[in-house]
Amino acid sequence: MAQAPETYRAGAIVVEAPWSRATPGGAKVGSGYMRIMNTGSEPDRLVGGSTVVAERFEVHRSTVVDGVARMEPVTGGLEIGPGQTVELKPGALHAMLVNLRQGLNPGDTVKGMLIFEKAGVLKIEYRVGGIGAQAAPAAANVHQGH
Amino acid sequence: MSSALKIIRWVAFALIAVLLLQIGFFAWHWYRGETSASRFAQPVITTTGVPDVGGPFSLVNHRGERVTQDTFKGKPTVYFFGFTHCPEVCPTTLFEMSQHLKDLGPDADRLNVVFVTVDPERDTPELLKTYMESFDPRIAALTGSPEEVTAAAKAFRVAYRKVPTEGGNYTMEHSASVIVTDAQGGFVSLIDYHEDKATALAKLKRAIRG
Repeated sequence: MAQAPETYRAGAIVVEAPWSRATPGGAKVGSGYMRIMNTGSEPDRLVGGSTVVAERFEVHRSTVVDGVARMEPVTGGLEIGPGQTVELKPGALHAMLVNLRQGLNPGDTVKGMLIFEKAGVLKIEYRVGGIGAQAAPAAANVHQGH
Repeated sequence: MSSALKIIRWVAFALIAVLLLQIGFFAWHWYRGETSASRFAQPVITTTGVPDVGGPFSLVNHRGERVTQDTFKGKPTVYFFGFTHCPEVCPTTLFEMSQHLKDLGPDADRLNVVFVTVDPERDTPELLKTYMESFDPRIAALTGSPEEVTAAAKAFRVAYRKVPTEGGNYTMEHSASVIVTDAQGGFVSLIDYHEDKATALAKLKRAIRG
């Protein structure tokens, strides 16, 4: 049975299908992906966040241009214009979970928070897919731990 | 008096002999120059048409063993550089390389796959050992002293640099291409990060066929 992706809402901000990738053994960094929609009429900004598994939450843009892999931190917050959808996805904008306290395994869920300038704090849960996953893992049929 | 004349005669003979030798020498050179003009008219270019990528290195693998370029000779070898504090590109490349090995089936054993860290300060052999447990066990992960890693990267024409990030951390910028060499360590091809799976796999198969 196909299930709609999880959505989380705070004010005009809607966050859809947050997910992460399993990490290789000993890895100290993980990633976070999601779609962020601004349904309001004013711009908002993702200014910070946290997860229970990592020390820090940073937003980066990874690029591979002319064969060189780079990561640029997004400074001053990630702007989401009115009516705009910003997607955090592999190979592009992503949240970086820095200094992981534990590895992430496929099927795990990770609790976290996003902080928006106007919409405020939004509690979300990431679903963890495989190491090389390119898209959010299918939502589980059974919701556990509620 | 007669001895003086003798000396003059001998000197004259010697001069004539030297002159004749010189004429002969120039004539010979002129002749050579005429018959093989192209050989002398143009600089000699020696190129094999193969980029000079790959070269000697000495590093330590994730099992703590010293390895060099000779360790991987005898089989075509795939080299790529990265680091474990890398959330996306490096695990993705390692994951895809594991998939390629699976897709190659028994042919995968005719190929070496080598991951070299550009972050030896954090990527110790112990950490690499744990890290590599998440990927195909045939992939070797190499590290070394910062100088050894610099030398290896230079041999493979791989550029990398440390970039400071928030909170006193740092990340690495690095060439993300995969370098394929033949069984003698000679350059064969590059696989770009953006190349699709089928193209990459075809390049690996071609390297295996030799």
